Amino acid sequence: MQDRDTLTIARQFIEALPHSRTLGMRLEEMGEGWALLAMPYDPKLVGDPQTGVIHGGAVSALMDTASGAAVLCHPQAGFSTATLDLRIDYMRPATPGQTIRARAECHHVTRSVAFVRAVATDDDADRPVAMATGAFTIERGAQ
Amino acid sequence: MKRPEPVHVVKQRREGLLRTLVDAVPYIAFLGIRFDRRGDELTAVLPYKEELIGNPILPALHGGATAGFLEIAAMIELSWSTLWDGVEAQGALPEGPLRLPKTIDFTVDYLRPGLPRDAYARARVTRSGRRYAIEHVEAWQDNRARLFAQATGHFLMPPAESPK
Repeated sequence: MQDRDTLTIARQFIEALPHSRTLGMRLEEMGEGWALLAMPYDPKLVGDPQTGVIHGGAVSALMDTASGAAVLCHPQAGFSTATLDLRIDYMRPATPGQTIRARAECHHVTRSVAFVRAVATDDDADRPVAMATGAFTIERGAQ
Repeated sequence: MKRPEPVHVVKQRREGLLRTLVDAVPYIAFLGIRFDRRGDELTAVLPYKEELIGNPILPALHGGATAGFLEIAAMIELSWSTLWDGVEAQGALPEGPLRLPKTIDFTVDYLRPGLPRDAYARARVTRSGRRYAIEHVEAWQDNRARLFAQATGHFLMPPAESPK
């Protein structure tokens, strides 16, 4: 799954999503049922002007996109997916100026639902910035 | 009996507080969120633009854009309702840098796809204590009764100003 062509196609797919593209997201790595996305620091995304910390909403968007990508590259995936719910725990402010990376993984997949967990980190990868848990649809279309 | 204040003074003060909160946050401008105000009631408005799309095939709003919109609606409502009494009583904005609440956790339920059109949200502070607050947010598009997303979140309140 990790061959160059698949990664290139997946990368183009993520970068074709207008909101993800606007946020500067980039797919860095992927495998069966997991994906790693990066979002560079951008002053436009600041949520707290006193500290320059990126708003949680942008981190949510990164976690959501990484989770969706993890669902789509699962071997039992359908042709599309949508978020049913997503819970995010904000554990510490991301350090201003640093790229945020989110690694999402499907930990259980049924015929119609994928359960995903994601972790977001900045340069200090040992201390997560945020963690997410979500349920995603598996869209199989008419069969 | 004290004469009521002229309406333009009241409006100017309340709009001033709202603008101070909203204009301070670059991410609010990035998403293009506005706030409609009726007295102390706020409605967050997310005007549609193509950059909010997450599924170009349907098309549908990005779940992350929706989550960001709901979190902003919650954060502004919480700051607004916390500062309201003081600003109304003193007739002026609080001095010093604005300290916003911090999100502890935020859970979004996606009830139906977000359509490529304007979205609205209202947040309700369910409980507000000295250190923690809980809020519920509802978001809709064409029809107030048909929510497309809802959220619950916990927030850490900024430390209280030391008395002067």
